Amino acid sequence: MSGLLALWCAAVALACAVLAVTRPVIVHALIWLVAALLSLAACFFALGASFAGAVQVLIYAGAIVAVFVFVVMSVDTSAEARGRERERLATGWRRPAAAVILVAVPLVAGLGVGGPALVAPQGTAQGSLGALLFGPWALAIEVASGLLLAALMGARHLGRRGAGE
Amino acid sequence: MSLTATLLLSVAVLVALIVAAGIFTWAERRLLGFLQERLGPNRVGPFGFLQWVADTVKLIAKEDAPPAGADVAAFRLAPALAAAPVLAGFGVVAFAPGLVVADLDMGVLFVMGMLALTVWAMVLGAWGSRNRYAMLGGLRAAAQMLAYESFLGLSLMGCVLLAGSFRMGDIVAAQQDGAWFILIQPLGAVLFFIAGIAAAHRLPFDLQESEQDLVAGFMTEYSGMSFALFFLGEYIAVLLVAALFTTLFLGGWAGPILPAPVWFGLKVGAICALFVWLRAALPRPRYDQLIGFAWKVALPLALLNLLVTGWIAVGDAP
Repeated sequence: MSGLLALWCAAVALACAVLAVTRPVIVHALIWLVAALLSLAACFFALGASFAGAVQVLIYAGAIVAVFVFVVMSVDTSAEARGRERERLATGWRRPAAAVILVAVPLVAGLGVGGPALVAPQGTAQGSLGALLFGPWALAIEVASGLLLAALMGARHLGRRGAGE
Repeated sequence: MSLTATLLLSVAVLVALIVAAGIFTWAERRLLGFLQERLGPNRVGPFGFLQWVADTVKLIAKEDAPPAGADVAAFRLAPALAAAPVLAGFGVVAFAPGLVVADLDMGVLFVMGMLALTVWAMVLGAWGSRNRYAMLGGLRAAAQMLAYESFLGLSLMGCVLLAGSFRMGDIVAAQQDGAWFILIQPLGAVLFFIAGIAAAHRLPFDLQESEQDLVAGFMTEYSGMSFALFFLGEYIAVLLVAALFTTLFLGGWAGPILPAPVWFGLKVGAICALFVWLRAALPRPRYDQLIGFAWKVALPLALLNLLVTGWIAVGDAP
């Protein structure tokens, strides 16, 4: 039951992701992106990983895409802009699609060899996750936080140059 | 709980919430009237109690048309997005021992996620209306959400740490053994309350729809049932924040003599009254003050609170 539900959510997520890439109006693309992220969260819930699901909603659909919105809301949405975007989409999909096939075909083939990889629903213990993140993976967490700090300082630098002029 | 019982309970909660939101609009207007030394609505029914029914009928009857040049898909999607997430958020709230639609082990995180999603309603409504006032309101909403959501989560982590669980029922149970968490976590409670006002977009943190400078912000172009859905979302968000505050800091359903759901309702009602009182008492801050307070004062305080709570919790652990 929950396996079927997860597969259904995954199919919805995939459809939303395709729509997100192919919409000519960028805010519509963002709506489909949020729908895809939420379907993925529903997928996590269906598989019993409610921590991952809740964090997916909170951080991706809630916070990260809200940052995108800042930039995107001021983007040109006139008829010419839509036309330009359609032109680009008409020819521009081939190389990304080739890249996806290159990655996806071996991945799906590998999953097929390994048998159905659906996990039975189980409770998640945030304690053991925390112990993993701050134990064996502590170095990776620190490296990621260093990267974020660098990005933050970069953004600050770029923003300051504009204000000084 | 069986599937039928879950379905029945969720329908009951849904209907109760919509009625409660309607009654809340009447109670707020009466209380605001009292606080501002005027009468408030007092014509329809006893003490004007049926005013919210009359308003609902009026809103259903009104024409609801998107403005010329609007992005109709986004314009229509936004009101639904305002009401649906907060209604879903109530799915994990425990009204009494065992009386919860979905007893999720990540209940508190789920509610936070649902509150964060309401920003989409404002942003899409603002963008879809093709209106400059609405657009400014939408941008303000997005920035405010990022600023206040960050310490909303951190301010309640102290309670989660002390209870050792994100589940609503466990957090209430943890307070039954000792004191209410508002006594152990006073700083966390104050910060959570401030963030909760911002998350529910209530005065004094409602700059995305402040009438004096933005007409009605992201809601400017809405009328009829679309407008009503935005309103429903806002009032249910207040109820949700109040329910979360009750669960985290006021011992949830615990109380003497009266049955558990009644205590829960009384506490939520008291918090809602506090929301209305603050609306009558406080002016809006300037927008830069609002965002500056969140990042420069509240976020560091929430981190400090979590750090100290962590020390104590680790010190107590065997």
